[in-house]
Amino acid sequence: MKYIKFFLVGILFGIVMSKAEIISWYRIYEMFKFQSFHMYGIIGSAILLGMISMFLFKKKMVKTFKGEEIYVMPKKEGLSRNLLGGILFGLGWALAGACPGPMFVLLGKGVVSILVVIFGATLGAFFYGVYKDKLPH
Amino acid sequence: MDFITQPWEWYVAGPVISFIMFLLYYFGERFGLSSNLETFCSIGGAGRYVNYFKIDWRENLWNLIFIAGAIVGGFIASNYMTTTDAVNINPKTIQDLADIGIMNGGQSYLPDEIFSLDTMLTLKGFSILIIAGFLVGFGARWAGGCTSGHAIVGLSNLELASLIAVIGFFIGGLVMTWLILPLIF
Repeated sequence: MKYIKFFLVGILFGIVMSKAEIISWYRIYEMFKFQSFHMYGIIGSAILLGMISMFLFKKKMVKTFKGEEIYVMPKKEGLSRNLLGGILFGLGWALAGACPGPMFVLLGKGVVSILVVIFGATLGAFFYGVYKDKLPH
Repeated sequence: MDFITQPWEWYVAGPVISFIMFLLYYFGERFGLSSNLETFCSIGGAGRYVNYFKIDWRENLWNLIFIAGAIVGGFIASNYMTTTDAVNINPKTIQDLADIGIMNGGQSYLPDEIFSLDTMLTLKGFSILIIAGFLVGFGARWAGGCTSGHAIVGLSNLELASLIAVIGFFIGGLVMTWLILPLIF
Protein backbone atom coordinates (compact mmCIF):
# COMPACT_ATOMS: atom_id res chain seq x y z
CA MET A 1 0.00 0.00 0.00
CA LYS A 2 2.83 2.42 0.73
CA TYR A 3 3.71 2.41 -2.96
CA ILE A 4 0.32 3.51 -4.25
CA LYS A 5 1.14 7.19 -3.74
CA PHE A 6 4.18 6.88 -6.00
CA PHE A 7 2.05 5.21 -8.64
CA LEU A 8 -0.48 8.05 -8.51
CA VAL A 9 2.18 10.78 -8.64
CA GLY A 10 3.71 8.88 -11.57
CA ILE A 11 0.35 8.98 -13.39
CA LEU A 12 0.21 12.74 -12.88
CA PHE A 13 3.78 12.97 -14.20
CA GLY A 14 2.87 10.97 -17.30
CA ILE A 15 -0.19 13.11 -17.94
CA VAL A 16 1.61 16.45 -17.60
CA MET A 17 4.52 15.25 -19.77
CA SER A 18 2.01 14.26 -22.47
CA LYS A 19 -0.42 17.16 -22.22
CA ALA A 20 2.31 19.81 -22.27
CA GLU A 21 3.92 18.03 -25.26
CA ILE A 22 7.19 17.62 -23.36
CA ILE A 23 7.37 14.07 -24.75
CA SER A 24 7.32 15.45 -28.29
CA TRP A 25 10.62 15.20 -30.16
CA TYR A 26 9.62 18.42 -31.95
CA ARG A 27 9.42 20.40 -28.72
CA ILE A 28 13.01 19.47 -27.84
CA TYR A 29 14.23 20.34 -31.33
CA GLU A 30 12.37 23.67 -31.18
CA MET A 31 13.93 24.38 -27.77
CA PHE A 32 17.47 23.82 -29.02
CA LYS A 33 16.64 26.01 -32.03
CA PHE A 34 15.52 28.79 -29.62
CA GLN A 35 12.29 29.06 -31.60
CA SER A 36 9.83 28.75 -28.74
CA PHE A 37 9.52 29.79 -25.12
CA HIS A 38 7.45 26.69 -24.27
CA MET A 39 10.16 24.39 -22.84
CA TYR A 40 12.07 27.27 -21.22
CA GLY A 41 8.87 28.40 -19.53
CA ILE A 42 8.20 24.91 -18.22
CA ILE A 43 11.69 24.23 -16.89
CA GLY A 44 12.15 27.82 -15.67
CA SER A 45 8.88 27.99 -13.74
CA ALA A 46 9.48 24.52 -12.27
CA ILE A 47 12.88 25.71 -11.01
CA LEU A 48 11.58 29.02 -9.61
CA LEU A 49 8.82 27.27 -7.69
CA GLY A 50 11.28 24.52 -6.77
CA MET A 51 13.42 27.14 -5.04
CA ILE A 52 10.50 27.84 -2.73
CA SER A 53 10.19 24.11 -1.97
CA MET A 54 13.91 23.91 -1.22
CA PHE A 55 13.66 26.95 1.06
CA LEU A 56 10.77 25.35 2.98
CA PHE A 57 12.72 22.08 3.31
CA LYS A 58 15.89 23.82 4.53
CA LYS A 59 14.05 25.97 7.06
CA LYS A 60 12.33 22.77 8.25
CA MET A 61 8.96 24.42 7.61
CA VAL A 62 7.97 21.35 5.62
CA LYS A 63 8.82 17.84 6.76
CA THR A 64 7.95 14.47 5.29
CA PHE A 65 4.50 13.05 5.98
CA LYS A 66 6.16 11.00 8.71
CA GLY A 67 7.53 14.15 10.33
CA GLU A 68 11.15 13.60 9.31
CA GLU A 69 13.37 16.43 8.12
CA ILE A 70 13.82 16.65 4.37
CA TYR A 71 17.42 16.63 3.24
CA VAL A 72 18.15 17.15 -0.44
CA MET A 73 21.36 15.28 -1.22
CA PRO A 74 23.71 17.62 -3.14
CA LYS A 75 24.92 16.44 -6.54
CA LYS A 76 28.53 15.25 -6.75
CA GLU A 77 30.97 18.05 -7.53
CA GLY A 78 33.48 17.74 -10.34
CA LEU A 79 33.99 19.64 -13.58
CA SER A 80 34.77 16.60 -15.76
CA ARG A 81 31.88 14.41 -14.71
CA ASN A 82 29.28 17.15 -14.88
CA LEU A 83 30.48 18.84 -18.05
CA LEU A 84 31.50 15.77 -20.09
CA GLY A 85 28.64 13.61 -18.83
CA GLY A 86 26.32 16.55 -19.44
CA ILE A 87 27.52 16.98 -23.02
CA LEU A 88 26.98 13.29 -23.84
CA PHE A 89 23.54 13.47 -22.26
CA GLY A 90 22.70 16.59 -24.29
CA LEU A 91 23.75 14.92 -27.54
CA GLY A 92 21.44 12.01 -26.77
CA TRP A 93 18.60 14.23 -25.52
CA ALA A 94 18.53 16.23 -28.77
CA LEU A 95 18.77 13.08 -30.93
CA ALA A 96 16.16 11.00 -29.08
CA GLY A 97 14.06 14.04 -28.20
CA ALA A 98 13.43 12.35 -24.89
CA CYS A 99 15.16 12.13 -21.53
CA PRO A 100 14.76 9.30 -19.00
CA GLY A 101 11.26 10.37 -17.85
CA PRO A 102 9.51 11.00 -21.18
CA MET A 103 10.90 7.72 -22.56
CA PHE A 104 8.51 5.81 -20.34
CA VAL A 105 5.61 8.15 -20.98
CA LEU A 106 6.09 7.52 -24.72
CA LEU A 107 5.96 3.80 -24.01
CA GLY A 108 2.51 4.37 -22.47
CA LYS A 109 1.55 6.30 -25.59
CA GLY A 110 2.24 3.10 -27.51
CA VAL A 111 5.46 4.07 -29.27
CA VAL A 112 7.12 0.71 -29.83
CA SER A 113 10.43 2.07 -31.13
CA ILE A 114 11.08 3.89 -27.85
CA LEU A 115 11.87 0.44 -26.40
CA VAL A 116 15.10 0.53 -28.43
CA VAL A 117 15.95 3.92 -26.89
CA ILE A 118 15.20 2.61 -23.37
CA PHE A 119 17.34 -0.46 -24.05
CA GLY A 120 20.15 1.80 -25.32
CA ALA A 121 19.87 4.00 -22.23
CA THR A 122 20.09 0.98 -19.93
CA LEU A 123 23.09 -0.25 -21.90
CA GLY A 124 24.64 3.21 -21.51
CA ALA A 125 24.13 3.13 -17.75
CA PHE A 126 25.68 -0.35 -17.66
CA PHE A 127 28.75 0.73 -19.64
CA TYR A 128 29.17 3.73 -17.35
CA GLY A 129 29.25 1.31 -14.41
CA VAL A 130 31.85 -0.85 -16.18
CA TYR A 131 34.18 2.00 -17.20
CA LYS A 132 33.49 4.33 -14.28
CA ASP A 133 36.95 4.02 -12.74
CA LYS A 134 38.69 4.84 -16.02
CA LEU A 135 36.71 8.06 -16.57
CA PRO A 136 37.62 11.50 -15.21
CA HIS A 137 35.23 12.79 -12.56
CA MET B 1 -13.62 20.07 -20.47
CA ASP B 2 -11.58 22.13 -22.89
CA PHE B 3 -8.79 22.22 -20.35
CA ILE B 4 -8.62 18.43 -20.36
CA THR B 5 -8.38 18.01 -24.12
CA GLN B 6 -6.39 21.12 -25.08
CA PRO B 7 -2.58 21.10 -24.82
CA TRP B 8 -1.39 22.49 -21.48
CA GLU B 9 0.54 25.74 -21.47
CA TRP B 10 3.96 26.09 -19.89
CA TYR B 11 2.57 27.97 -16.90
CA VAL B 12 0.43 24.94 -16.09
CA ALA B 13 3.08 22.29 -16.73
CA GLY B 14 5.98 23.96 -14.88
CA PRO B 15 4.08 24.33 -11.58
CA VAL B 16 2.67 20.79 -11.86
CA ILE B 17 6.18 19.36 -12.33
CA SER B 18 7.42 21.39 -9.38
CA PHE B 19 4.51 20.06 -7.30
CA ILE B 20 5.45 16.49 -8.28
CA MET B 21 8.99 17.13 -7.06
CA PHE B 22 7.62 18.56 -3.81
CA LEU B 23 5.39 15.51 -3.29
CA LEU B 24 8.24 13.04 -3.84
CA TYR B 25 10.33 14.75 -1.15
CA TYR B 26 7.29 15.01 1.10
CA PHE B 27 6.91 11.24 0.71
CA GLY B 28 10.51 10.86 1.89
CA GLU B 29 12.11 10.13 -1.49
CA ARG B 30 13.57 12.31 -4.27
CA PHE B 31 13.01 13.43 -7.86
CA GLY B 32 15.42 11.71 -10.26
CA LEU B 33 14.52 9.58 -13.24
CA SER B 34 17.83 8.40 -14.67
CA SER B 35 18.80 6.36 -11.59
CA ASN B 36 16.10 3.90 -12.70
CA LEU B 37 18.44 2.88 -15.53
CA GLU B 38 20.97 1.69 -12.95
CA THR B 39 18.24 -0.12 -11.07
CA PHE B 40 17.40 -1.99 -14.30
CA CYS B 41 21.05 -3.07 -14.51
CA SER B 42 20.99 -4.28 -10.91
CA ILE B 43 17.77 -6.23 -11.43
CA GLY B 44 19.25 -7.72 -14.61
CA GLY B 45 22.14 -9.12 -12.58
CA ALA B 46 24.86 -6.60 -13.48
CA GLY B 47 26.05 -6.75 -9.86
CA ARG B 48 27.61 -10.15 -10.64
CA TYR B 49 30.05 -8.47 -13.02
CA VAL B 50 30.42 -4.95 -11.65
CA ASN B 51 30.40 -4.02 -7.97
CA TYR B 52 28.85 -0.66 -8.81
CA PHE B 53 25.54 -2.41 -9.47
CA LYS B 54 25.59 -4.46 -6.27
CA ILE B 55 22.80 -2.57 -4.60
CA ASP B 56 19.59 -3.67 -3.01
CA TRP B 57 17.30 -2.56 -5.82
CA ARG B 58 14.25 -2.90 -3.57
CA GLU B 59 15.27 0.43 -2.04
CA ASN B 60 14.53 2.00 -5.43
CA LEU B 61 11.28 0.13 -5.94
CA TRP B 62 9.29 3.34 -5.28
CA ASN B 63 10.95 4.92 -8.33
CA LEU B 64 10.09 1.94 -10.55
CA ILE B 65 6.49 2.24 -9.34
CA PHE B 66 6.68 5.95 -10.21
CA ILE B 67 7.72 5.22 -13.81
CA ALA B 68 5.06 2.50 -14.02
CA GLY B 69 2.64 5.29 -13.15
CA ALA B 70 4.23 7.51 -15.81
CA ILE B 71 3.58 4.80 -18.42
CA VAL B 72 -0.06 4.60 -17.35
CA GLY B 73 -0.29 8.41 -17.33
CA GLY B 74 1.03 8.50 -20.88
CA PHE B 75 -1.57 5.93 -21.90
CA ILE B 76 -4.42 7.84 -20.24
CA ALA B 77 -3.38 11.21 -21.66
CA SER B 78 -2.98 10.02 -25.23
CA ASN B 79 -6.13 7.85 -25.28
CA TYR B 80 -8.63 9.82 -23.22
CA MET B 81 -7.39 13.39 -22.91
CA THR B 82 -6.22 14.30 -26.40
CA THR B 83 -8.26 15.11 -29.49
CA THR B 84 -5.38 15.77 -31.87
CA ASP B 85 -1.88 14.39 -32.08
CA ALA B 86 -0.55 17.57 -33.70
CA VAL B 87 2.02 19.68 -31.88
CA ASN B 88 1.75 23.42 -32.39
CA ILE B 89 5.40 24.18 -33.05
CA ASN B 90 6.79 27.35 -34.60
CA PRO B 91 6.24 27.49 -38.42
CA LYS B 92 9.91 28.44 -38.72
CA THR B 93 10.82 25.18 -36.96
CA ILE B 94 8.69 23.22 -39.45
CA GLN B 95 10.55 24.92 -42.31
CA ASP B 96 13.95 24.22 -40.71
CA LEU B 97 12.97 20.56 -40.26
CA ALA B 98 11.93 20.25 -43.91
CA ASP B 99 15.29 21.74 -44.90
CA ILE B 100 17.16 18.96 -43.07
CA GLY B 101 14.88 16.23 -44.42
CA ILE B 102 12.31 15.78 -41.65
CA MET B 103 8.89 16.23 -43.21
CA ASN B 104 5.44 16.85 -41.67
CA GLY B 105 6.97 18.61 -38.66
CA GLY B 106 4.53 18.90 -35.77
CA GLN B 107 1.74 16.87 -37.37
CA SER B 108 2.25 14.23 -34.70
CA TYR B 109 4.30 13.98 -31.50
CA LEU B 110 7.25 12.23 -33.13
CA PRO B 111 8.90 12.28 -36.58
CA ASP B 112 8.45 9.09 -38.62
CA GLU B 113 12.01 9.59 -39.86
CA ILE B 114 13.22 8.45 -36.41
CA PHE B 115 10.39 6.61 -34.67
CA SER B 116 8.23 4.77 -37.21
CA LEU B 117 8.37 0.97 -37.14
CA ASP B 118 9.67 0.94 -40.72
CA THR B 119 12.55 3.20 -39.71
CA MET B 120 13.26 1.14 -36.60
CA LEU B 121 13.65 -1.97 -38.74
CA THR B 122 16.42 -0.46 -40.86
CA LEU B 123 20.05 -0.63 -39.75
CA LYS B 124 20.38 3.15 -39.80
CA GLY B 125 17.12 3.73 -37.97
CA PHE B 126 17.86 1.14 -35.30
CA SER B 127 21.37 2.56 -34.83
CA ILE B 128 20.07 6.10 -34.34
CA LEU B 129 17.62 4.94 -31.66
CA ILE B 130 20.13 2.85 -29.76
CA ILE B 131 22.95 5.43 -29.97
CA ALA B 132 20.59 8.18 -28.80
CA GLY B 133 19.54 6.04 -25.84
CA PHE B 134 23.12 5.03 -25.07
CA LEU B 135 24.25 8.68 -24.95
CA VAL B 136 21.37 9.60 -22.65
CA GLY B 137 22.03 6.69 -20.27
CA PHE B 138 25.83 6.92 -20.21
CA GLY B 139 25.84 10.72 -20.00
CA ALA B 140 23.17 10.93 -17.31
CA ARG B 141 24.96 8.47 -15.04
CA TRP B 142 28.36 10.05 -15.61
CA ALA B 143 26.92 13.47 -14.76
CA GLY B 144 24.94 11.92 -11.91
CA GLY B 145 21.57 13.15 -13.08
CA CYS B 146 19.34 14.19 -15.97
CA THR B 147 16.74 16.87 -16.57
CA SER B 148 14.89 16.03 -13.35
CA GLY B 149 17.79 15.54 -10.94
CA HIS B 150 20.16 18.18 -12.29
CA ALA B 151 18.09 20.79 -14.15
CA ILE B 152 15.08 20.92 -11.85
CA VAL B 153 16.22 19.70 -8.42
CA GLY B 154 19.87 20.79 -8.65
CA LEU B 155 19.19 24.26 -10.01
CA SER B 156 16.32 24.78 -7.52
CA ASN B 157 18.86 23.90 -4.83
CA LEU B 158 21.38 26.39 -6.34
CA GLU B 159 24.09 23.80 -6.91
CA LEU B 160 27.14 24.65 -9.00
CA ALA B 161 27.51 21.00 -10.09
CA SER B 162 24.05 21.14 -11.64
CA LEU B 163 24.71 24.44 -13.37
CA ILE B 164 27.80 22.88 -14.99
CA ALA B 165 25.80 19.79 -15.96
CA VAL B 166 22.99 21.86 -17.50
CA ILE B 167 25.54 23.91 -19.46
CA GLY B 168 26.84 20.54 -20.68
CA PHE B 169 23.29 19.44 -21.64
CA PHE B 170 23.02 22.56 -23.78
CA ILE B 171 26.43 22.24 -25.39
CA GLY B 172 25.57 18.67 -26.39
CA GLY B 173 22.02 19.54 -27.43
CA LEU B 174 23.08 22.50 -29.55
CA VAL B 175 25.85 20.54 -31.27
CA MET B 176 23.40 17.74 -32.09
CA THR B 177 20.60 20.03 -33.25
CA TRP B 178 22.64 22.54 -35.27
CA LEU B 179 25.59 20.47 -36.52
CA ILE B 180 24.86 16.73 -36.45
CA LEU B 181 21.12 16.38 -37.19
CA PRO B 182 21.46 18.15 -40.59
CA LEU B 183 23.99 15.48 -41.61
CA ILE B 184 21.89 12.47 -40.58
CA PHE B 185 18.71 12.76 -42.66
